[in-house]
Amino acid sequence: MGAHEFAIRRLVQLVPTLLGLLVLIFLIARVMPGDPVRLALGPEATAEQVAALRNQLGLDQPLPVQFINYLIGLVRGDFGVSLRTLRGVGSDIAGLLPATLELVTVSLLFSILLGVTAGIFSALYQNSWVDNLVRLTSISGVALPRFWVGILFQIFLASKLGLFPIIGRAAAPIHGPTGFYTLDALLAGNLPGFFDSLWHLVLPALTLALPTAAQLARLSRASMIEVLRQQYVLVHRAYGVPTSRLVLRYALRNSLTSVLTLLGLSFGSLIENAFLVEVVFSWPGISAYGAAAVLAKDFNAVVAVTLIVGLAFMLANLIVDLLYGVLDPRVRYD
Amino acid sequence: MTEAVRQKVPSRVLRRFLRSPLSLVGVVVVTATLICALLAPWVAPYPQDAGAVVHFDQSMQAPSVAHWFGTDEVGRDILSRVIFGTRPALLFVIVVLGIALTVGIVTGLVAGYWPGSRLAALILRVTDIFLSIPPLALALAVTVAFNPSLATAMIAVSFTWWPWYTRLVYGEVLKLRNELFVDAARALGQRDSVIMLRHILPNMISPIVVKATLDISFVILLGSSLSFLGIGAQEPTPDWGAMVARGRVYLPDGWWVSTMPGLAIFVVVVGFNLLGDALRDALDVRS
Repeated sequence: MGAHEFAIRRLVQLVPTLLGLLVLIFLIARVMPGDPVRLALGPEATAEQVAALRNQLGLDQPLPVQFINYLIGLVRGDFGVSLRTLRGVGSDIAGLLPATLELVTVSLLFSILLGVTAGIFSALYQNSWVDNLVRLTSISGVALPRFWVGILFQIFLASKLGLFPIIGRAAAPIHGPTGFYTLDALLAGNLPGFFDSLWHLVLPALTLALPTAAQLARLSRASMIEVLRQQYVLVHRAYGVPTSRLVLRYALRNSLTSVLTLLGLSFGSLIENAFLVEVVFSWPGISAYGAAAVLAKDFNAVVAVTLIVGLAFMLANLIVDLLYGVLDPRVRYD
Repeated sequence: MTEAVRQKVPSRVLRRFLRSPLSLVGVVVVTATLICALLAPWVAPYPQDAGAVVHFDQSMQAPSVAHWFGTDEVGRDILSRVIFGTRPALLFVIVVLGIALTVGIVTGLVAGYWPGSRLAALILRVTDIFLSIPPLALALAVTVAFNPSLATAMIAVSFTWWPWYTRLVYGEVLKLRNELFVDAARALGQRDSVIMLRHILPNMISPIVVKATLDISFVILLGSSLSFLGIGAQEPTPDWGAMVARGRVYLPDGWWVSTMPGLAIFVVVVGFNLLGDALRDALDVRS
């Protein structure tokens, strides 16, 4: 089977899982004991007003009908109306999604840079003080509650030392085609805007990245040590290939396959932990929106956010599966 | 002779377990946590502060000799509340892992014992759906259906956690079901339920115990995250996540209000992680 065929087959396999996820979340959200419409309108609303909004949202119809209507809406890109903001959930999310994606992407870069680099150095200088430091840091790093790290950063780095902004994405909104403030500022040649949004990104992205980086460091250390024991590495050493070249050209690529497995999972954990980091840093993304929606029992918004997070997680794992073949030609698709 | 062997195996495991200084740290932290939970009223300096009391004259005091972790906005001793906080945290772990283990073991045994059956296909498909979404996101969605409380958070997290055990048990059963001792039990006419519970299950206790120990820290982190987001335990329960969240209002001057409960989460999670790692190495379970 070729890579293309494999990719298409994996994509098709996503459909039943996604449908199952939809049913699951729909059921969870519709079986709630509280009355979302009453909650949205407030205690002063009359019974007629509640009934009218209920009818308008289609909540008075039987569950299967509601589900089919919901599916039809989804196909059209319509996620329904938010009971909290009273706007379309689709447009709410479209405005917020780039902020979350920018945060998660930069955190993923941070965790790979920090984690894999630390892992490699740790493996190269096994049992030295560098190695011990990395191991100790990574053992404790995975135990860090992200919401707490974020608050510590805010207290000490942002507030007391004034090195970084405490909350938000930028001093002023930056508009552009991608929705990523850093990219849009660069595209518009707006250098102060670029540095400002980058500065706002550092603390949230680092908060999100640290535990993931710790995990990656542990794994890349282990797999690097294994690769460095291989005979071909010894042969290259004997030929006098410099260590840096040996690591970067040969050993790294072979040790990356096992790191890659974790990367798919890491992406999932970054996306889910964005819920905490966005709340701490008042980051205007879909996770903070989702967390607020949960507290307000805003059904449509919760379903949409959960669905998007699930979909992103599935796609990330798909991409990882496909990348195996690119990194390691020995991998066969079957 | 068998008696001698039986005695030797645990002592070897124990020796391997105690070889690393880090596992000792884990044992110490976990023991201290358990002592705090069991003896909270005697260990905590101001036990009455765990509940809904106020001493406004002592509010927002920085850490001092009288209050090592400082006091909160209504004057309660934070150290006492952190010590009492071991109780909701451990209760959370016991309930979540209890439910997840029960459901996961039963579904995993059934799916692995009759692989290829319709029931097995259904179980595996449902686990796939549950595993297709990160646990915190799914737990958040589940909490929509209930009012925020410790019980809600427990239900939500249990709901997301069982499929991992289904997968683990399923894989182990597939490995074991064709072993000679299972054939022998079957030939002797043992019932399927007896074979599953008395013959297969005891042979996969090690991987289950190791996974459950390592999961304790994840569950504590997830539980405190939910209460930080306002979905878990509510005031006046001395819950670490909720305490960190409340302290945010008093930043940066009242830094200790958020910092100290968060530190407790961090230390306890490190402790359980080290214990789990040590157990995995000692029992020689590959992850």
